[in-house]
Amino acid sequence: MKIIIILISTIFVNNVILAQFLGICPFLGTSKKTSTAVGMGAAVIFVLVLATLVTYLLNKYVLVTHGLEFLQTIAFILVIAALVQMVEIILKKISPALYTALGVFLPLITTNCCVLGVSLKVVGEGFIYGNNVGEAIIYAAGIAIGFAVALIIFSGIREHIDLMEAPEGTKGTPIALITAGILALAFMGFGGLV
Amino acid sequence: MSNWKTFTKGLIKENPILVLLLGCCPTLATTTSAINGMSMGLATTFVLIMSNLVISLLKNFIPDKVRIPCFIVVIASFVTVVQLVMQAYVPDIYETLGLFIPLIVVNCIVLGRAEAFASKNPVWPSILDGAGMGLGFTFALTILGSIREILGSGSIFNWRFLPEDAQTILVFVLAPGAFIALGYLIAIVNRLKRTK
Amino acid sequence: MAKKESTLTNMLIALMVITIVSGGVLGFIYGLTKPAIDKVEENKNIKAINEVLKTDVAIATTESVVIEDLTYNLAYDAEGNFIGAAVKTYSKNGFGGKIELMVGMLADGVINKVSVLSQAETPGLGANMVNEKWKSQFDGKDPKNFILKVKKDGGDVDAITAATISSRAVSEAVKRAADGFEANKDQFMKGGDNE
Repeated sequence: MKIIIILISTIFVNNVILAQFLGICPFLGTSKKTSTAVGMGAAVIFVLVLATLVTYLLNKYVLVTHGLEFLQTIAFILVIAALVQMVEIILKKISPALYTALGVFLPLITTNCCVLGVSLKVVGEGFIYGNNVGEAIIYAAGIAIGFAVALIIFSGIREHIDLMEAPEGTKGTPIALITAGILALAFMGFGGLV
Repeated sequence: MSNWKTFTKGLIKENPILVLLLGCCPTLATTTSAINGMSMGLATTFVLIMSNLVISLLKNFIPDKVRIPCFIVVIASFVTVVQLVMQAYVPDIYETLGLFIPLIVVNCIVLGRAEAFASKNPVWPSILDGAGMGLGFTFALTILGSIREILGSGSIFNWRFLPEDAQTILVFVLAPGAFIALGYLIAIVNRLKRTK
Repeated sequence: MAKKESTLTNMLIALMVITIVSGGVLGFIYGLTKPAIDKVEENKNIKAINEVLKTDVAIATTESVVIEDLTYNLAYDAEGNFIGAAVKTYSKNGFGGKIELMVGMLADGVINKVSVLSQAETPGLGANMVNEKWKSQFDGKDPKNFILKVKKDGGDVDAITAATISSRAVSEAVKRAADGFEANKDQFMKGGDNE
């Protein structure tokens, strides 16, 4: 039951893009076509869960035990960068098909702030699932699924918008941002759910 | 390019947010009020100037293949410095900006300027480039923060000009308002550019 | 100086040197700012304790006790009489995560005042909990006849407009403080005599 609550709250109520503003760059950058959106969404789910697990353990067993919490930012970003490289290399060897599908998106994920943001949040003071590695992972998975859901919905809308006549000046990014705002408004409707 | 031009291009012509569309996350998340937007902008400016300075100094020491990890370490160090200093001396602002201070590390503007400018140019222009880009970012954030604060809270720089119980357009301090306000702001900039 | 080649040794040296220097510099700055950061935290606590226990009686001595997960800052007047306790309480059910409050409980079991230590609620909605106008509804209330639940849940607390979740979390935190205080009150009063 708790798992379901965590998932609903991260995917819909506190959607990472539409309510927490993490990962806006890829949200605007890779949402022009649904196929790219699906690829990016899948890659983020994969990396985010893995990165959260590794940084959680790193923080708990290395940084905290040595009183080095102030190195969190620097250590986490290096871990994420290394992890992304590793995933790329391993994927190339093990599953070339998956690599061709996700390949182009992997390097972009290092600078996707939702990965660093979530891994910092999970070890932060105010985090409510921070004591339990299992719940933290489910939280990360929920966030990543929420990212994919918002990205895919948005790319579907954008494909249609591109065919419409937008007022002068709002063509391209501005109309996409305003659409995202309306989508965020719709997601606010999930507010009382949990 | 003259030094003056290096400095001013980031302010308007190549404004990181309004024109280049880099660094959108903090732009949307921290502009709930003019003060918050400005603090975020200044913190980023500091990181930009310092990382541009150091990367420009180190550009010959760093081999090409490991340059991105090296840049990231330099940037992350300065971000941590900002984080610690803000926590110690301006705790209130630190708490409001919260998670978005460490996230300056992954702000595309900082790494983007390191890669595109500081790693190829001498120290002094690199500092100016960082300062110009940083102030352009601060400028855009303050404008967006002001718009959202005026419409959403009926105040500006924490000074409330509406009566205590007046209704405001609350949605502008919430998530959807951020997207919509930025969308219209960029649309206006686009429109102005065309008339010129 | 000529540009370094991308040989393995050069790459390793560059990365190592930069990482070690950064680590060292950060360690140094951390040492410099640590006292100030701790002080900020301490000042915040002291300020909140004084704020929530402000009555006509001046506080002469304080003492903190940790019982289960709450910290009780007990205050005594010049004659050693127990004035009340500033209870540091929390709720994990806020909209934006954990909320920390300082609740002033007087010896007779009445809530004196509530102060917000930290919160990450939505600005303009839940964050309005810091407004005096809203949180003063707890002042002078006796938890025995003032039900610490929002009106929607059958209690007496007026929720913040459009922020039921945050209001619910605050009520929960205050209730936790009040219940904890009630359970340990007798012990606190005796504690004063012993000193």
